[in-house]
Amino acid sequence: MGLEALLIEKTIIVVIVFIVTLTIAAYSTYGERKVAAFIQDRIGPNKAGPYGLMQPLADGIKMLMKEDFVPQQANKFLFHIAPGLSMLTALMVSAVIPWGKTIIIGGRSIPIQVTDINIGILYVLSVVSLGVYGVMIGGWASNNKYSLMGALRASSQMISYELPMGLSLIALLMVTGTMSFSEIAAQQSGWNGMQWNIIYQPIGFVLFLICAFAEANRTPFDLPECEAELVGGYHTEYSSMKLGFFLFAEYAHMFVSSAIISTLYFGGYNFPGINTLYEMLPHNIVTLIGVGVLMIKTLFFIFLFMWVRWTIPRFRYDQLMNLGWKRLVPIAIANIIITAGVVLLFDK
Amino acid sequence: MSVKRFEEYIKEHSNDPEHELQVLNLGPTHPSTHGIFQNILLMDGETILDSEPTVGYIHRAFEKIAEHRPYNQITPLTDRMNYCSAPINNIGYLMTVEKLVGLEIPKRAQYIRVIMMELARITDHLICNSVLGVDTGALTGFLYVFQVREKVYDIYEQICGARLTTNMGRIGGMERDLTPKAIEMIHAVLKDMEKTFKEFEVLMNRNRIFMDRTVNVGGISADRALNYGFSGPNLRAAGVDYDVRVMNPYCSYEDFDFKVPVGSSGDCYDRYCVRQAEIWESISIIKQALKNLPDGDFHADAPDFYLPPKQEVYNVMEGLIYHFKIVMGELPVPVGEVYHSVEGGNGELGFYLISDGGRSPFRLHFRRPCFIYYQAFAELIKGSMLSDAIATMSSLNVIAGELDA
Repeated sequence: MGLEALLIEKTIIVVIVFIVTLTIAAYSTYGERKVAAFIQDRIGPNKAGPYGLMQPLADGIKMLMKEDFVPQQANKFLFHIAPGLSMLTALMVSAVIPWGKTIIIGGRSIPIQVTDINIGILYVLSVVSLGVYGVMIGGWASNNKYSLMGALRASSQMISYELPMGLSLIALLMVTGTMSFSEIAAQQSGWNGMQWNIIYQPIGFVLFLICAFAEANRTPFDLPECEAELVGGYHTEYSSMKLGFFLFAEYAHMFVSSAIISTLYFGGYNFPGINTLYEMLPHNIVTLIGVGVLMIKTLFFIFLFMWVRWTIPRFRYDQLMNLGWKRLVPIAIANIIITAGVVLLFDK
Repeated sequence: MSVKRFEEYIKEHSNDPEHELQVLNLGPTHPSTHGIFQNILLMDGETILDSEPTVGYIHRAFEKIAEHRPYNQITPLTDRMNYCSAPINNIGYLMTVEKLVGLEIPKRAQYIRVIMMELARITDHLICNSVLGVDTGALTGFLYVFQVREKVYDIYEQICGARLTTNMGRIGGMERDLTPKAIEMIHAVLKDMEKTFKEFEVLMNRNRIFMDRTVNVGGISADRALNYGFSGPNLRAAGVDYDVRVMNPYCSYEDFDFKVPVGSSGDCYDRYCVRQAEIWESISIIKQALKNLPDGDFHADAPDFYLPPKQEVYNVMEGLIYHFKIVMGELPVPVGEVYHSVEGGNGELGFYLISDGGRSPFRLHFRRPCFIYYQAFAELIKGSMLSDAIATMSSLNVIAGELDA
């Protein structure tokens, strides 16, 4: 009974998380175009369905109908698996995010999380670093100089920015004392849902945010695909749904990054007054409100990603490396030292 | 297509583990070449060791075509050189012919021409600066200022009926007078421009990333720039205060009070700033011109060159004769040789015209500033990174149509 129930509920959660991630990623493309239009005094997509809401679907159909072109000189096998790899790693991260507290069905308390592994943060770091393979393989297999340069930029950028990302997380771990996402989220429910980690780790948050931008290949770190120099970067030679996968993976990545930022630093599903509300209202309803709150936070960060993209230019390759190694890493190390000192002082 | 010396260089250094050499073909069709021209780059990783620019992809033999066309049919050819500021090309050419003929143009026509040329200069500069933003990754500013450009094109439309390739003005003056509607539109667009350019400058001027990308990138010393024959904003950014409008005033430019902004280092950021400052000066010139717009005729009394009004064509014998002669291209242009230059959107735009007294020029040469800038491009990008080359190219404002003519 126990195992079967577990399997069923996990399957349901997996399917739901998968669908939600894909839907939000799809609608991020629509959102991006609308936000860009808003920032640039334009109207944006408005023809497909009411307010252009069917646009992602139309885009998807368009992608599928296009000729699936494979360059003659490409390494066929790698060329085919690269977009899938990108997509896979972007989606895998969502497995450890606690979308809400627990739902109680028939006396069983079910956490809204695909899996609560106790090394959740390590899992995220490792999966995110796998993400570079999709880009690198894609760029290399295309057998195109522009693609290769895009791939090289992408890999060096991702590797460089993983370091400050990891370091900023170490400082966070000192505060939380755990690597499990659900525990980190639960810890932040203190002060009636206001004890968010951003209060303890403001510098860490800024570092993490910058690195998240770099990891998602978003402006100002979108060198791997900057159209002005490298045509399309690593996906120059891709067409049809394979290109769609690369683009889609970026949005999925953005969504997952936003969810992680919200969970790690902004209280996850917690919101001010959550504990009072748990006493007043039925448990499940408050949990669902929590899920909604996490979604709102996540959407805000997705908006931030877009806002930045349509506001500032991108770095040059060497400036990017300078920023990563000479600025972010020292700041991250200083942040660790300060955090360690403070933790030692107050945490007797 | 590849360059032999690059191949040899790579062969010589093929055993060098320190360097990853390759030949990269930038163009002819590349998103940031803004037109069609090719650069073959010898790259060491992301650094450009050497480059070989190629021209001629949209060479349309304008100078040769001009030798077979009547004088008043050459103006449309000039439209298609620097299509970002077509009125300057048109009016520059017309002034050359007028200089050869010795026509005196009424003040009002001159002021209208100044207004049109300054509007064209603004659109030219705004395209260059906003595209520099696009090439460094900021698309938004580009779309802000393009709204202004649209409105300027509406004004062109109001004045000559065309938007991009304007074919504006006639030998002896303007085709028609500034209508009150057009004056109103110009006032409105000036107000719009001030707001938009303020917004644009807030977005770009002190933007840390934008400055990082452009300061000390693609710089050229005043000396080298002069040796290459630079002119216009690119020369002024290097610190030489040479402006044809001031040095050799034409078209009543001496009546206007404006500054010539000058940079110091000649890098992309200085070029950007000079252009941005010139936009503000142009706005001020247009305001002065509108304020002091003299009364009078909008064209010279030159029946040999300027088409008579339709009323006369249908009712007066002389009108019909002149109309026929001009339309058939029989203009009494004297034998002579003349050079005239105007301050174009991106430099000194010169017209060298030799007439043997025939119905079309014996020789017409365009001094195209883009052609000269592009010669220096290889030197400017040597040793810089690929991204710098892109920024340099867009801030030089090399327009393929003018480059190849």
